[in-house]
Amino acid sequence: MTEHLDLPEIAWRRVSPRYIVVDLVGGLLFGLIVVGAGAVVAYFIGLAWLWAVVAAVAVVFVVAIALTPRRVRAIGYQLRDDDVLFRRGILYQRFVAVPYGRMQLVDINRGPLARALGLSELKFVTAAAATGVVIPGLAEADAEELRDRLVALAESRRAGL
Amino acid sequence: MTGFTDGEWHRLHPLTPLLRGGITFVAIAGFLLYNVRDILIDMAFGGRGGESEPLLWLYESEYFWLAVLALVVGLALVIVGYYLAWRMNTFRITDEVLEVRSGVLFRRNRKGRLDRIQGINIARPFFARLFGAARLEVNVAGQDANIKLDYLTSAAADELRRDILRLASGTRVAEAQARAEQEVLLGDDGQPLPRTAGVSHLIDQRVHELLAPELDPGLAPPESVVTMHMGRLIGSLLLSGFSVFVLALVAGIAWGVAATGSYLFLIGVLPALIGTSSFYITRFTRSLRYSIAGTPDGVRIGFGLLSTSNETLPPGRIHSIQVTQPLLWRPAGWWEIKVNRASTSSAKGAAGQANTTILPVGNLDDVRKVFALVLPDHVDDGSMALFERGLRSTGGADGFVNSPPRARWYLWFSRRRNGFAMLPGVVVLRQGAVWRQLTIVPQARMQSVAVSQGPVFRALRLASLRVHTVAGPISPSLSAVDSAEAVRFFREVADAAILSSSADTSHRWRSGEATA
Repeated sequence: MTEHLDLPEIAWRRVSPRYIVVDLVGGLLFGLIVVGAGAVVAYFIGLAWLWAVVAAVAVVFVVAIALTPRRVRAIGYQLRDDDVLFRRGILYQRFVAVPYGRMQLVDINRGPLARALGLSELKFVTAAAATGVVIPGLAEADAEELRDRLVALAESRRAGL
Repeated sequence: MTGFTDGEWHRLHPLTPLLRGGITFVAIAGFLLYNVRDILIDMAFGGRGGESEPLLWLYESEYFWLAVLALVVGLALVIVGYYLAWRMNTFRITDEVLEVRSGVLFRRNRKGRLDRIQGINIARPFFARLFGAARLEVNVAGQDANIKLDYLTSAAADELRRDILRLASGTRVAEAQARAEQEVLLGDDGQPLPRTAGVSHLIDQRVHELLAPELDPGLAPPESVVTMHMGRLIGSLLLSGFSVFVLALVAGIAWGVAATGSYLFLIGVLPALIGTSSFYITRFTRSLRYSIAGTPDGVRIGFGLLSTSNETLPPGRIHSIQVTQPLLWRPAGWWEIKVNRASTSSAKGAAGQANTTILPVGNLDDVRKVFALVLPDHVDDGSMALFERGLRSTGGADGFVNSPPRARWYLWFSRRRNGFAMLPGVVVLRQGAVWRQLTIVPQARMQSVAVSQGPVFRALRLASLRVHTVAGPISPSLSAVDSAEAVRFFREVADAAILSSSADTSHRWRSGEATA
């Protein structure tokens, strides 16, 4: 394996390890539903190769779930002077830089499980739909403090569209 | 100043209901007139036409006067309704906002900030043009976020657009007063056009407005206008991908008839013929009187032969620019230019599609002129030479950072033309060897930047770049770039985006000029 993309000068802030649980449970549920539905269809149709497809899908889910802790550890963000950097992914890596002045709004979302664990998800919305920056697994107090800070920063650096 | 920008409430053109109803009114009136005429003739000469005509039957029945009464009452209600709608539909323009109130039972009030304007469009449907009326549409960012003033008199719409743009540009009153001296006559009540001048004058004016070039030479510098040649327009239509499809269809039908000997295949011909000809006719009539020119308040683009539209995009409202060349256009050296913009205008573009095509077809020289108009701050000899290399170069060391040789497994033909370049203020992405394509993104308009890499690209030490802009026909991205170069691009563009947007003042594009 050759080297990953990296920005070595950035000290990334990581998300809470508790988020691993949220992601694991979510992945497990989704995997069970998909594999279960596939198994039901395969049972009633009764073709051998359909079972093979279901088994392959199940293997993919197992691998994805096994990699969850690493995937969560790969999520990082950093608030620089004028923009937010965000990264995620190991196999499929993605780095995004969003200037504060471009932020149109900041969302905080909490799922039921994340709420039980005291976690929040922060979402940045710009005028471009493709920006797609969502930081999951922030402690609730951190998320709210971060949101207020981002809104203040965005206000002070406001530009047109 | 027109009478409109005084901050008071004004009404629209008195013929607005008629114009909005448009051709429907004419059709209904014509139908009624036609039937009534028969009855009148019958009454006069005592003859008997077709006995089955419903109006005739009604005329002879005992309910006739009741029907006439219902008609009159209905008509009166409609007229009163339209009159009320017209009366309740008012607008005002202050230094900061444009505000429109409308609706009789359900009131609606829409207010738009002038410094958020993304473009102003003046549309003149054919029917409205006959009456010298025009529809003014102010576009702000977002879906269904347009403020429409339909209808105004044609001259008033032009004046109003200029005044709104002047207010939006941040210039102050001193210049406005200097301009006011060269104004045409306008009534105090905001209903312009001196009607005292008589009918012949009025007809002269209509004829003049119908025949006049879309761009008033007094309002736009004529030397920058790209002219649309009819030969080139027809050629570009014939050489479009759609024509290839039509030819394939014709060949298929001919083969079907020849092979089976039955003419059953010809059944499909008529609808296909109607569809294709309407496609060609729409494109042709939209683009024939295409025009583009620079004004102090932005780029003005006009389309349309019978129904015209004419749009002004203020500076800094263009979020990215893409020049493309289909393979069939290459021998002729033609290009098409599209843009991404934050607003959606209801006016249609060259092919009846969203109004994002700013050059339907043009040669390299036209492309240069359009670049100079839409990127006034970023075009000089050096950057123009780079853009031209981006369009025509076959690749290699031409100022672009192109994909490395190991990318040929992914990009079979275009590897040497797949690259990016960074100039002060803009990012340039080039792609495609068969379908050539050049994308320019002003850094001050970028929303964010991303670099990504999947397992295949990682093995090849390649990465993908994406610059995020507002939604539109263009999504600026580049794949299979050397991964070290991609990281460098990401760093530099992220920094440049911040610098450019903090230095950008285009939302008040003329605020630096006027100090009064």
